[in-house]
Amino acid sequence: MKHMTRKATRHISQNEGLIFEKSSSGKAAWKLPPLDVPEVDTAKLLGSSERKDLGNMPEVSEIEIIRHFTRLSTWNYAIDLGMYPLGSCTMKYNPRVNEVVTRLDGLANGHPYQPEKISQGALRILKTLSECLIEITGMDAITLQPAAGAQGELTGLLLVRGYLQSKGNPREKILIPDSAHGTNPATAATVGYAVENLKSNDRGMVDVAALASQMNEDVAALMLTNPNTLGIFEQEIHRIAEILHAKGGLLYMDGANMNALVGKARPGDFGVDLMHLNLHKTFSTPHGGGGPGSGPVAVKQMLEPFLPKPVVITKADGTLGFDYNRPLSVGRVRAFYGNFGMFTRALAYILANGPDGLRQTTEDAVLNANYIRKGLEGVYDLPYSTPSMHEVVFSDKIQAKKGVRTMDLAKRLIDYGFHPYTTAFPLIVPGALMIEPTESEPKEELDLFIEAMRSIAEEVEEDPQMVLNAPHNTRVSRLDEVAAARKPVLRWKPTSS
Amino acid sequence: MRYLPKSKADRQAMLKNIGARSIDDLFAPIPAEYRLQADLDIPRQMAESEIVDWFRHRSRENGDGYTSFLGAGAYYHYRPVIIDSLISRGEFLTAYTPYQAEVSQGTLQSIFEFQTMVSELTGMEVANASMYDGSTASTEAVMMAARLTGRRSAVVARSLHPEYREVLNTYAGQQALILITVGFGENGRLDLKQLEKSITPETGCVLIQSPNFFGTIEDIAAIAEITHTHGALLVVAISEAVALGIVEPPRQADIVAMEAQSFGVPLGFGGPYCGVIATREQFVRQMPGRLVGQTIDKSGKRGFVLTLATREQHIRREKATSNICTNQALVALMANIFMTVYGKVGLRELAKQNLAKTAYAAAQFGRHAPVLFSVAPRFNEFVVQTQEDPYVINSRLLGHKIVGGLPLRKFFPELGNAALWCCTEITTRSAIDTAVGMLAESEAGEPAAEAEEVAR
Repeated sequence: MKHMTRKATRHISQNEGLIFEKSSSGKAAWKLPPLDVPEVDTAKLLGSSERKDLGNMPEVSEIEIIRHFTRLSTWNYAIDLGMYPLGSCTMKYNPRVNEVVTRLDGLANGHPYQPEKISQGALRILKTLSECLIEITGMDAITLQPAAGAQGELTGLLLVRGYLQSKGNPREKILIPDSAHGTNPATAATVGYAVENLKSNDRGMVDVAALASQMNEDVAALMLTNPNTLGIFEQEIHRIAEILHAKGGLLYMDGANMNALVGKARPGDFGVDLMHLNLHKTFSTPHGGGGPGSGPVAVKQMLEPFLPKPVVITKADGTLGFDYNRPLSVGRVRAFYGNFGMFTRALAYILANGPDGLRQTTEDAVLNANYIRKGLEGVYDLPYSTPSMHEVVFSDKIQAKKGVRTMDLAKRLIDYGFHPYTTAFPLIVPGALMIEPTESEPKEELDLFIEAMRSIAEEVEEDPQMVLNAPHNTRVSRLDEVAAARKPVLRWKPTSS
Repeated sequence: MRYLPKSKADRQAMLKNIGARSIDDLFAPIPAEYRLQADLDIPRQMAESEIVDWFRHRSRENGDGYTSFLGAGAYYHYRPVIIDSLISRGEFLTAYTPYQAEVSQGTLQSIFEFQTMVSELTGMEVANASMYDGSTASTEAVMMAARLTGRRSAVVARSLHPEYREVLNTYAGQQALILITVGFGENGRLDLKQLEKSITPETGCVLIQSPNFFGTIEDIAAIAEITHTHGALLVVAISEAVALGIVEPPRQADIVAMEAQSFGVPLGFGGPYCGVIATREQFVRQMPGRLVGQTIDKSGKRGFVLTLATREQHIRREKATSNICTNQALVALMANIFMTVYGKVGLRELAKQNLAKTAYAAAQFGRHAPVLFSVAPRFNEFVVQTQEDPYVINSRLLGHKIVGGLPLRKFFPELGNAALWCCTEITTRSAIDTAVGMLAESEAGEPAAEAEEVAR
């Protein structure tokens, strides 16, 4: 390879098969204490319901399990290793104190149905986090129940429908910009709303004139991401809200990009009626390889009666409790109270930051994105020159002339020791490179990233085939996804090994 | 702020490079009237030691040190310590969805193993990479059955977890799905006669839970036969996954919607948990949620990728099978490690201990108060009917640092003073004997003299 990378060096990693391939009869990683009650005759107790065989479950020892998963872990890239600039995913540092406080005995072992009298700690956490998030968003009330962002969206649209129904007409349509996340239209469909597309203008923002002409009494709400998926703040947000409100519609904000606003601007102040937050993005709870998430929904006062039940209240004696008597509630979207373990983490993050820390965090996130933009402008095509907030979207237009597309550039970036950016999204930018560095990157890491991206652009000019064959330094390369989908192998079987 | 890796000089150099005079230039796109001028009104920045201290107080206020007989969809099982050692590795904890397979093989292979073990344990052919929880997995399973059959109605057992039913109601109301409830008989099992009458040609699926909310094991074969005779699909929810170690899995089901919390996931006041859907191979293209598949790379090496993504929202948008985006990867990893630790033999022995403790407790309670539904087999929960209000009994137990069974009146008013008790391998004989002793006193009409405040 012509260009050497300063960030990473090749290094031996251990091979490891599937756990089933290590199994043999008689090995064990468990030991139960002696039974302090009489043994039972399982056949007598269970009859024909007794299970005799657990199939191909593994039998392995503890050291083998430790090695198995430790070896697997070394095949992953992670924030702890370096910059992970997936646009729209906000891959920021996951503070370790969050993990410690979540594992404290009373919180980790608290049962969701234990009496309120001995649940005051958990209730206090729910209440404190709610208050903080309401203040951060500038809204009036909140539900923490939704399990993830997409379920937050769903909850939000249920609230929209509940509210409009109470006004006499639930309406039929949801307007969604063409730059939106796929969950937005999927959610609208799940809730039974028709989806109407809203075009972006040439500056990458909502076409306000088009919105005005499309808005009517059939439209229940506009689902708007702000800053949008191009990383652009919708500068005419107030006008957008006015158009919606004038015809009795609601403005829903997808808070996926809230990392650009915390401590700097509040959606509740610029006309948003309801929004969801992603605690696993903005508030530092770990992504954990794809979840768990948490998607609280914050609302203006008129939507409060419709929130999922239960809600936390302060009782007459000053203690906290759950209120289930909510006749207008849209119901329940998840068992119990939501992903509580994410609430402790998010709250620990907020407490570690305070108002000044949150503001500085947002400023650094925006600073980092703009620094990358500056470093790569001209080398990669910038389809929208509108100012960027927390992320920047380039396209592969220049490199595509050599037959190299965004996914190929991404694969080559892996060789340089980085996790790729988000590829091919948003859909309105053909061949998009969506880059979100977050505030967690020091200047040195950003410089290495810019250097890597510039170097790859040179490689495309000099030796496009080499880039098309990337990654070259990984354990596996260019896995056959077509074959995987055509004839799916979704589990191990003794014969298939 | 200690998480931020920049000096003042770094920031200034970067601003200069960008050509901005100050950070305010970068926020100029936000109209001035919406830019916050003051600090947010939230607690001040705290030291790490202060944060730990604050949460320690909350932990102490939260039932720390109590012995609990609560189950009802959230179970207290021992968690092998290596679960937290392994999931705390940054490469698992701080990675995202494995979109880039070359640098995500660890997560992908572990999910493939999870899918395999869930398939083995549930008796199904395939399982997904996990979903939010049991309540949403059950709901998604019903919607999946509606897509598969083209029928817009579902028959739902009243003995399904009441909060699962509530979630299903919420979703069904938006999808014009009609739900018909079938009750339980004297033996606690689904009322088969009522089931027979409730199924119509419009019934897409029958949704039951086994062991059901009362801990009673359903007659899956009989229910499956009735369901399939009418061309409907059988969806079986499982909220106590450890039961699969000793209870025959619902092999006759078409879809299994499971809550895997029992497999090494902390109670955590209700979440995050680990839902999962398993089904037959022929239905996989209508299954919601992520799936990992095995494939080969360009040099023929085995590897794993996310697959069948054409079902999903980021490709299909409003035509997707579900709006779900995240799975519960880190929690699924806990379950994966738990299943690996106990494995083929240990899981059965673990389940046997649950069975033994529960059989002992039910027999002891049964000497002083009726234990309902005793003619049908049960796993690790049972229903005790007392003369006295179970909330009053529980208040008394709470004074001895024992959390009694869940009073059922809130969900099943017709069961009066019944409470749902749960024993796991962690429950000690002495805790059982203490609880039985106190319940016996009150049932014999000699409750403690002082009228305590009743904890709800």
